[in-house]
Amino acid sequence: MDYYLTLLSFGATGWGDEIAHGVLFTVSLAICTLPVGLFMGFFLALGINSKEPSIQRAAKLFTIIFRGLPELLTLFIVYYGGQILLNLLFQHVLGMEIEVNSFLAGMIALAFVFSSYASEVFLSAFKGIPQGQYEGAFALGLPWFKTMRLVIVPQLIKLALPGLSNLWLILLKDTSLVSIIGLTDTMFATGLAARNTKEAFFFFALACVVYLALTFVSSMALEAIEKRARRGEVR
Amino acid sequence: MTIQTSYVAKTLLESRPRPESMREKLLSGRKITGYVLLAIWAVFFLSIAVFLYVSYDPDYMSRYRPKYLYGFLTTIELVAMSVALGGILSLPIAFGRMSKIKLFNRMAFGYIYFFRGTPLLAQLFLLYYGFGQFRHFWQDINMWWLFRDSWSIALLSFTLNTAAYQAEILRGAIMNVPKGQIEGAQSLGLPKFVTFFKIILPQALIVALRPYGNEFILMIKGSAVVSIISVYDLMGETRRAFSQTYDFQAYIYAAIFYLICVEILRRLWDLIEQRLTRHLRRDNG
Repeated sequence: MDYYLTLLSFGATGWGDEIAHGVLFTVSLAICTLPVGLFMGFFLALGINSKEPSIQRAAKLFTIIFRGLPELLTLFIVYYGGQILLNLLFQHVLGMEIEVNSFLAGMIALAFVFSSYASEVFLSAFKGIPQGQYEGAFALGLPWFKTMRLVIVPQLIKLALPGLSNLWLILLKDTSLVSIIGLTDTMFATGLAARNTKEAFFFFALACVVYLALTFVSSMALEAIEKRARRGEVR
Repeated sequence: MTIQTSYVAKTLLESRPRPESMREKLLSGRKITGYVLLAIWAVFFLSIAVFLYVSYDPDYMSRYRPKYLYGFLTTIELVAMSVALGGILSLPIAFGRMSKIKLFNRMAFGYIYFFRGTPLLAQLFLLYYGFGQFRHFWQDINMWWLFRDSWSIALLSFTLNTAAYQAEILRGAIMNVPKGQIEGAQSLGLPKFVTFFKIILPQALIVALRPYGNEFILMIKGSAVVSIISVYDLMGETRRAFSQTYDFQAYIYAAIFYLICVEILRRLWDLIEQRLTRHLRRDNG
């Protein structure tokens, strides 16, 4: 028992600090990805709902591609492909060398995947908003942006929340993939500890416990948010 | 009077052009945005095509094409087997989750919570490296063959993982069958076994069809992580090809393979759904 506690201690002998950093990294990556993914997902849904067929087609293509590719492959394509593209742009055109920030690459890849699924959630939420809401806003003379901000989005959020909470949990788990391109998240830290101490079972079980705790905490928070979103409803 | 009617007829009945604001402009902001977006996609696909054309190398092709096909088959085999085995395993878990006996209920809940709450990658590592640590124990009970081989570990962890998701799908679908169906069966004196297999399950499976299809697709995508524990599936072969040649086209071919695979599966599932729900539609007689 003491042996395992020293393994977990902070400092030179233990792996506690490395793993704590990893957990912090996992959480911050997920939190950084969320707003980008939500924003993109919302506009993808608007695009798919658009009357203009060219916008529709462009938005649909995006969701088909990023819902069809494995998350891991998306990550590699963004990471290595981005590197090649940047090299092409900067080295040959401007003569500079620029390295792809792997945090940014991970964030972009996760946001692409998240937004293609989020667009689906928003799309079905849009369907739940009666046409009369748009007509009412139009009759009041509200411009498009205000219609969205004041009339549609507040109702949309309530309808989309259950689906989005699901996506958040998926996002939290998908962040584990960035350990493969060398980002020091929970999986990376526990893997490092496992290799160095030969206590693979202990550390990978710990990783599972960490993810379970993260899902548990976030599902509690999401439940509270959903409850708050429903506070205007008649019970 | 006549003047008035002619005035009314003239102003109200005569067709007038639509007001300015309703008329579609030849080039609205929306249209421009749409065309610009489509143009970006076109440039994107065109540059990929050009890249593939420029870096086309018959040696590369003849060397890696059989490997890709082999990897593709490995992926399909892994996913098909684990989804089928997971389907069998999901039955007792779903029943446990619906059971009134608290112990079964808790156990099934814990199982589902664990496998849905942790990343597939963590589960894979736990089984492969974590359980592999107890080598002597597995050798003593003659189970080392299972934990030694990365392919069988991949199959095992995928089966366990998809069983948790499938149990939830099945449970949701069974709960969705109206209570009257069960009561009807009971009042006809049907035994529980017959009630379940002939009345509840067929109706539940129709509801579950779409989620099962999604789970299949998610498994195909999720299976890419087995390449990390050196199973040479489609992703594994891709990574190997990339590490040997540093040629980015490896990833592009993999993407094309995966997209085609998922799209075929999606279309196939639509057909299956059309066929199985034909008695629920009114249109085609």
